[in-house]
Amino acid sequence: MPRRDDLESILLIGAGPIVIGQACEFDYSGTQACKVLRAEGYRVILANSNPATIMTDPDFADATYVEPLDADHLTSIIERESPDAVLPTLGGQTALNLAMELAERKVVGVPGRPELIGANAEAIATAEDRERFKVAMQEIGLHVPPSAIAHSMDEARQVVDRIGLPVVIRPAFILGGRGTGIATTPAEFDRLAAGGLAASPISEILVERSIAGWKEYELEVMRDRADNCVVVCSIENLDPMGVHTGDSITVAPAQTLTDVEYQAMRDAAFACIRRVGVETGGSNVQFALDPAGGDMVIIEMNPRVSRSSALASKATGFPIAKIAARLAVGYTLDEIPNDITRRTPASFEPTVDYVVTKVPRWAFEKFPGSPAVLGTSMQSVGEAMAIGRTFPESLQKALRSLEHGRAGLNCDPAEAELEALGDDELIRRASVGTPDRPFQLEAALRRGVDVDALAARTHVDPWFLDQILRVVEERAHLAEVGLAGMTPRGWRRAKQLGFSDAQLAWLWGTDAAEVRGQRLAAGVRPTFKTVDTCGGEFDATTPYHYSTYEDEDEVVASGRRKVLILGSGPNRIGQGIEFDYCCVHASFALADAGFETVMLNCNPETVSTDYDTSDRLYFEPLTLEDALNVIEAEQRLGDLAGVVVALGGQTPLKLAGALPPGLVLGTSAASIDAAEDRELWSALCARLGIPQPPGGTATTVEEALEVVDRIGYPALLRPSYVLGGRAMEIVDDEAGLRRAMAALAGFGSLGREGGLSASRPVLIDRFLEDATEVDVDALRDHAGEVVIGGVMEHVEEAGVHSGDSACSIPPHSLDAGTVALIEDHTRRLADALDVRGLINVQYAVQQGHVFVIEANPRASRTVPFVAKATGVPLVKVAARVMVGATLAELRDEGLLRPPLAGGHVAVKEAVLPFNRFPDVDTVLGPEMRSTGEVMGIDRTFGLAFGKAQASAGDRLPDGGLVFLSLADRDKPAGLRAAVQLVELGFGIAATRGTADHLERHGVPVAQRVAKVAGDGEPPDVDGGAGLPTAVDLIADGKVALVVNSPRGSGARADGAYIRRAANVHRVPCLTTGAAAVAAAESAVDRSRHDPRVRTLQEYHQGPRRVAGGPR
Amino acid sequence: MTPGEGLLVLADGTTFAGELVGAEPPGGVASGEVVFNTVLAGYQEVLSDPSYAGQIVTFTYPHIGNYGVNGDDDESRRPFARGVVVREMARRRSSWRSTGDLDAYLRAHGVPGIAGVDTRRLTRHIRRAGALPGAFGSADEATLAAAAAREPGTAGVDLVATVTCAAPYAVPAGPGGGDRRIVAYDLGIKRTILRHLSGLGEVTVVPAATPADEVLARRPDGVFLSNGPGDPAAGGAAAEAVEAVRGLLGQVPLFGICLGHQLMATALGATTVKLPFGHHGGNHPVRRLATGQVEITSQNHNYAVAEGTLGGDAEVTHVNLNDGVVEGIRSRDLRAFGVQYHPEAGPGPHDAAYLFDEFAALVDASRSTGAAR
Repeated sequence: MPRRDDLESILLIGAGPIVIGQACEFDYSGTQACKVLRAEGYRVILANSNPATIMTDPDFADATYVEPLDADHLTSIIERESPDAVLPTLGGQTALNLAMELAERKVVGVPGRPELIGANAEAIATAEDRERFKVAMQEIGLHVPPSAIAHSMDEARQVVDRIGLPVVIRPAFILGGRGTGIATTPAEFDRLAAGGLAASPISEILVERSIAGWKEYELEVMRDRADNCVVVCSIENLDPMGVHTGDSITVAPAQTLTDVEYQAMRDAAFACIRRVGVETGGSNVQFALDPAGGDMVIIEMNPRVSRSSALASKATGFPIAKIAARLAVGYTLDEIPNDITRRTPASFEPTVDYVVTKVPRWAFEKFPGSPAVLGTSMQSVGEAMAIGRTFPESLQKALRSLEHGRAGLNCDPAEAELEALGDDELIRRASVGTPDRPFQLEAALRRGVDVDALAARTHVDPWFLDQILRVVEERAHLAEVGLAGMTPRGWRRAKQLGFSDAQLAWLWGTDAAEVRGQRLAAGVRPTFKTVDTCGGEFDATTPYHYSTYEDEDEVVASGRRKVLILGSGPNRIGQGIEFDYCCVHASFALADAGFETVMLNCNPETVSTDYDTSDRLYFEPLTLEDALNVIEAEQRLGDLAGVVVALGGQTPLKLAGALPPGLVLGTSAASIDAAEDRELWSALCARLGIPQPPGGTATTVEEALEVVDRIGYPALLRPSYVLGGRAMEIVDDEAGLRRAMAALAGFGSLGREGGLSASRPVLIDRFLEDATEVDVDALRDHAGEVVIGGVMEHVEEAGVHSGDSACSIPPHSLDAGTVALIEDHTRRLADALDVRGLINVQYAVQQGHVFVIEANPRASRTVPFVAKATGVPLVKVAARVMVGATLAELRDEGLLRPPLAGGHVAVKEAVLPFNRFPDVDTVLGPEMRSTGEVMGIDRTFGLAFGKAQASAGDRLPDGGLVFLSLADRDKPAGLRAAVQLVELGFGIAATRGTADHLERHGVPVAQRVAKVAGDGEPPDVDGGAGLPTAVDLIADGKVALVVNSPRGSGARADGAYIRRAANVHRVPCLTTGAAAVAAAESAVDRSRHDPRVRTLQEYHQGPRRVAGGPR
Repeated sequence: MTPGEGLLVLADGTTFAGELVGAEPPGGVASGEVVFNTVLAGYQEVLSDPSYAGQIVTFTYPHIGNYGVNGDDDESRRPFARGVVVREMARRRSSWRSTGDLDAYLRAHGVPGIAGVDTRRLTRHIRRAGALPGAFGSADEATLAAAAAREPGTAGVDLVATVTCAAPYAVPAGPGGGDRRIVAYDLGIKRTILRHLSGLGEVTVVPAATPADEVLARRPDGVFLSNGPGDPAAGGAAAEAVEAVRGLLGQVPLFGICLGHQLMATALGATTVKLPFGHHGGNHPVRRLATGQVEITSQNHNYAVAEGTLGGDAEVTHVNLNDGVVEGIRSRDLRAFGVQYHPEAGPGPHDAAYLFDEFAALVDASRSTGAAR
């Protein structure tokens, strides 16, 4: 059955911003789908609000709509484009939910309207609706845990009376298990059931017998129109049932299933996909198995490409998304060639001859108050995958890939944290799913705890524990023989079990360079094997490699000049998909320029780890040891022109100084250091006459106090060499300063990242109050020309981390003179740092004075946004500059074009994961906590800001009651916003202080509210009696928008309760006066303009600035 | 070499270092034809499949032995492989089904093994060089090389005689099996096949050399030709079986699997060829030409029916999508069909289990028309 010729155009729905549970895997799948569908000759229309994605690059679709992913905007797009089909199965739960909404509105899936391809509404409903799924599975003879659905607390209590505790509560139609939990007591049940009912968009929960402790498996299945089915990959979780699969350490292939059991599971998975009715494409089916007697139950299935699909694709080399897209347009599996062997069709089941381990990465340290305990709701923000020939090797590689300061499975400084624990406590902790579990398991085995005893307590399979025990035993052996006693055979065995040079160095009290030197002297170096889908049975042409220590290396020499690009590793807050965008763009640009491109990365969700993004892919940890291994292998096999370290965020940049200096492409390691080193940087700014906020550095409290004596409060404290404002804090007094310094010096998670030392001091600056923050991305070449990529004005004032702040291009309030001054500073800084490629500079503008805050001579997270807003492919240009091209040459070539002349405004907004952490205050601060970003683009700032808010999930209201409660410094801004909102017909509710302020200035207040009694704070006694509180109003659904800015850094105050209520009840909540002003402006603009959707291609065809001319 | 260390030497002189596991081979030398299998699970079924007689099986998946062994998954009375090559032999098993560990099982049945081998390098080597004889053990390299050189491989060797049963035996009909009477030629038959056949009726298993008239005297409703080891053109028991099949064709419905399929094809006038390195895995796509459907199949064969050599009305029914090898044949006139792969699975996918139903249908159609017997 060949390609469908009755379709001409297809709308692909993307997944929107990166959130917990939905990360760059959907950029990977969507990008693959776009490529395939265009290659098939279809007109591809793409809708996705996330500017950091590669798929929204205008080259990847015929029409790219960076618009809010809601039913209204999609309806507008469908009306404008009239696509023949809508493909919703490659954009995660977001796309699937939208497809359902569009189907309900009869915008798709009815005659005369676009067809839903990939999965129809019936199939989606069968898979997603818990009750229907359960009935369907029982119909085909599969077992499911006893369960029932409930729509109210009364119903829920009746169900649990029947089923008995413990139970799992799962809300319907949610992604990543949000609102899901296990209740073992009636009190827990009441809390979780209420939360689940609130989380479900249809107020429906499934209450189900808990099978926590069973073994968990997952099969990735594909089906085509001719009903051919294949399993692409089996996955076995190290963590037992009870931990969300996205938060579990998972291993592919399944390790402890006999073929009899595996085939029964395979049959069940096929029966499931057929019964659900997924006509074409990929699905994942999850099973639980009772380790005692083999009872198998089916847990759930996703009728779409998922995060597991991305993992399975990377784990096997079988490109699920690409094939799913082809199947959706009519092909059958046997008509599609297997890319890797080229000679065999895709209608087969990959087999592997290695072990793949995925370990999630969490960010609990960013959300104080949230317990670091894993459960049925996913909390991880990213993941690393590693390939080894054995499980111990892949596990140790995966753990060092996480870049969480660990060198492997313990055997490093951080293991000291577990030493103080008693055996019982250690085992108790290991029996709870937490990020530390693998380390606790190793430590327990190292203390001699028996495998069976540990398995009984933790429900981790004894096979896995015995494999960990091999690591334990090898470590003991290595400690005994010492570095001097190592033989080639001994080295090889240690490396085969995944020990890193850093672990061995720690064990032997030496440094990693010494270990590496001795190992290489013994002739033990890694061999690179190939991921080939077939276990070596056929010749593979696709160069997708991983390292191990064996006899044969399979990398083929090449005669072309090569560039190695170091990727950005696992997603984390502060470093995510935007850096993958940069690495991928560099790969494309360098390939276009004739280089052979080599990618090194360990994040399975990404486009960069797609085996056909670069000429060669190494799926390896981004540590110095592993990077050097690849560099040496590539140098042995040809001409390595250099290594790109400046595009993958902090991860590769940290390695720059230790790489062979001649190989670092672009800005030199010395310049990188000059920008990072406080003393050098201050001297540079002084020499250039560019003002900085007064400041200094300190490694002790005494030094910090001296600095603050000089500069005064409030002061901004930040550790050096960290990412995303980690542990950054603004302090108002000495007590705050002491608290912050103690936190920085403590051996907490920050200590893991290096702790304080003379070479890693705390940076202390005078905090500039009420200043406007500005970000600039610029390019400079070796000839000294500087091009300003974009000047972004932040909406939130300085003090909110730039990554959490909304910003706009062009600046919406700065005057031309200030912008020109900022551009001039940027040029001079780029010159002084001898930048070759990208530089990002941050400024604060306070009462017309421009201060430079910091400069980073590397790609910033705003680069993809700037590129989309201005129509200039900044990273492609930067990559070429890094290998020696000048901007003038690239201009002649046509790659570098002048930016768009205007006529539109682009606003970037951050997306925060507070709905995952209900106990955390949602107020923004200097520590970055956003997981992703969205872009709104339209005719005015207000319209673009409104779209950005809608894209971020906080659709601004067009009317209703706005609750205002503002700190004194925000009251002027609040007043401006309130005046505009009242003119538009909004009502105002306010607490006493804010209400008095507004009424004094002639703004009517429709509803006064009482204060909320907080911890230890007296309730409002002066005039608040009898009034509802803000929390009451929010809970009753009477508030359309909350504006609440925090008053200082005290204990939980009124504001925290209000913000939490807004978070829980999904009421948009703005926490700064500036955002309130922007929201009001947006409301005004939306009242004056008709809604409109436009493609990036249309924007990019607009007039451009005259090259070299004035703005 | 230190105790426990061992070498694998191929007939072309290529060597691989490892550690010895399983049984101690006589004289420190185990030899056979070195092949590989790409299944991820099902090692016990593979090792106990008589089709592997004469062969040293390399598992491409590195962790072998993870779930131990159990009493239900043996495909015959004992393992027939001459040896096993793995990357990692599990020292700890984990499965509720397990009754013992793989290493002990190998020792109990006298099967030597070598672990710690770069099995991917070995597999890639076999892919390029073709399946070739080899020897491994604690003996020195020269001894092993000599043993490898002496090892005849499987071409022309009568391996069927070493695995077939000595005398006929009956397998009662399983639940719902009905009253069909099936005679199954044991060329190295797997228990999973017998389980499937007993689901059709009562099965009488007969030795490979049983002549056609003896089989027909049992008045069977259908005759089954089993899988088995080695070269279909090896002569000996295989040749006798071909002769018997000639006598059975047209007399009674016939169904052959793997070697049985090759012998049927030979009886139909086709020739067989040795494949470069055979098909050994659980993931081979096969197209069923009648429907166009693709089934994922379990395969284990070094020889195949040469395309275009079938005589009479015999036709190709199934084709391997990877390399176009003939995977199934049928003669409507003679009421006979066979497949090169393993519809019974054990180990492997169940996609082709319908073939047993087709055999039942063929038998029933013959019975109703009285064409058989």
